Amino acid sequence: MIWGNKSGVQSRSIVQVLSALGVGLFLALPALLAAGGLRGAPYILDLLSMVGLYALLSLSLNVILGLAGMFHMGHAAFFAVGAYATANLNLTYGWPILATLPVAALMAGTLAFIVALPVIHLRGDYLLIVTIGIVEIVKIALTNDIFGLTGGPNGLIGIARPVVFGHRISQPRDFFYLIWIMVGITMILFHWLENSRFGRALKYIKEDTVAAEGMGVNTTAHKLMAFVIGAAWAGMAGTIFASKMRTISPDSFTFGESVIMFTIVILGGSGHQKGVLLGAFLVMGLPELFRDFQDMRLLAYGAALVAMMIFRPQGLWPPTPTQYRLPDPYATKYPRGDKPC
Amino acid sequence: MAHFIEQIIYGLTVGSVYALIALGYTMVYGVMKLINFAHGELFTLGAFIGFVFLGTLSWGSYFGPALAIGLTAILVAGSTALAGHFLERVAYRPLRHSDRLAAVVSALGASIFLQNVIMVVWGAQYRAFNASLLPTVVWRIFGQSVSLVRLFVFLTAVIIMLSLYLFINRTRLGLAIRAAAIDQGAARLMGVDVSRVIALVFVIGPALGGLAGLLVGIYYGQINFNMGQMYGLKAFTAAVIGGIGNIPGAMLGGLLLGLLETLADAYVSGAWKDALAFVALISILIFRPTGILPERVAEKL
Repeated sequence: MIWGNKSGVQSRSIVQVLSALGVGLFLALPALLAAGGLRGAPYILDLLSMVGLYALLSLSLNVILGLAGMFHMGHAAFFAVGAYATANLNLTYGWPILATLPVAALMAGTLAFIVALPVIHLRGDYLLIVTIGIVEIVKIALTNDIFGLTGGPNGLIGIARPVVFGHRISQPRDFFYLIWIMVGITMILFHWLENSRFGRALKYIKEDTVAAEGMGVNTTAHKLMAFVIGAAWAGMAGTIFASKMRTISPDSFTFGESVIMFTIVILGGSGHQKGVLLGAFLVMGLPELFRDFQDMRLLAYGAALVAMMIFRPQGLWPPTPTQYRLPDPYATKYPRGDKPC
Repeated sequence: MAHFIEQIIYGLTVGSVYALIALGYTMVYGVMKLINFAHGELFTLGAFIGFVFLGTLSWGSYFGPALAIGLTAILVAGSTALAGHFLERVAYRPLRHSDRLAAVVSALGASIFLQNVIMVVWGAQYRAFNASLLPTVVWRIFGQSVSLVRLFVFLTAVIIMLSLYLFINRTRLGLAIRAAAIDQGAARLMGVDVSRVIALVFVIGPALGGLAGLLVGIYYGQINFNMGQMYGLKAFTAAVIGGIGNIPGAMLGGLLLGLLETLADAYVSGAWKDALAFVALISILIFRPTGILPERVAEKL
């Protein structure tokens, strides 16, 4: 519906009201749970925080994979760099956690820039294999205590909690709010990014790189930028993860973690923020309902990926095609009504 | 010097296994232009099926090592070939005409699926082969001690590779495979049943990978459900080093990577050994994406 009509506008506002209600209800969840006096409340909040953390990671991967269409399966590497940057600054220099956020982002972004620069031009499947290589190299580096900064296989222990306006974040409820507010901010920022000139160029590159190049889009620079932005965001997610867990070790940043993020984006709907959010709930949340089948979890991801590619390659909730509201071209260009035939 | 030659022998042994796995990648890539991510898992499957007969049922003590290994090898090759065929039917054939990256994701999903099936069936812990399967004979060749296991692994791999090479270059079916690899459309016009060629490639490749798994099981004596990931990535590296799509290239690349890795392990650093393959992969993709034996005019990566 390019031109839009009244009923369309109305149904849109209903959706907006409903989603606002949904968000409000979600944010009130801790209070509701506390009021209900549920015994499992901290567990539920903790689980939702994990969902939020993965939503954050997957939203950042979505910039690379969903918008720019680069098959990147090494996102855990940048997540790791952020987490270790925070841990080191906090443990060695006593930096407060939130102050390390920009440094974590910077470190992850810089690493992404360095590793992506030579390989960014590689075609889909090759890029995929290189990014798998990157995450493996980073994990080996972490295990080998590179520069004496990573504590080897045992990792780093005793990372502080974040303090926001003098309030120390330590309860599941506090983390729930911290993480989901970050998810909200991320969604707003990335929504803006997506609809900017830059975001449109990324979509163009995804659809047809050669055509984009032909229209004067500097594809290499755009892809690099998308890669760096996504990685920097994953680095900040690493900061939150480190202070939530208080202990980080190489086992948290394996190829498997990258696979989970990748699955969330592909399953949910690559290129669509709400789809990615849905993916995070499904991939992180659903298995908790079937806790007896822990072993089957990755097995199900694998089967889901195959089935999705065969039956619904665009994901469960793909983005709707972008629509632009154009002024009536004839009215402006041909004011007297002499339309070309 | 003796130490150096010993490392070379180690390297060739490991490298021959890489080469065997790499052949599966390179054949599938040659015909379908698809990285079969699940190939590493078929390798693991081969190792575990070998484990069932040589470890759990310990056929070695009933039939003697030669017959036991021979029978197991046939069963391993047969069942991994079957698994490969099934994989192609379920995960790749429906996607033959869709977006190429959809096939890549499907391959990846299949790989994760298979790996976890293996874990659910055989458990996450290391499984040990029957250690006394092959007698621990050590020969001295030119003053250099060479153990039977090592020689067995290397020679078996080389014999399999030679037979594959002859099959590809001397038979009509091999000709069909080569034709389909160069241009599927033209091959179809010349009367080649490309669908059958793809099915054939997905039988031969997994069978070779499965045999490589069996060899690894016999050589190292222990196997694990996720070993296919590392071996798979390294074998893929070997295929890229040799020039992906090129069969002799995969053999050469495998041996080269094995040598490189063992020498780095011995003279540089053991802890960083596994990172070397990835560094090699990334650098070859950057500097010479066609590999050392480029197949034909390479398409742009």
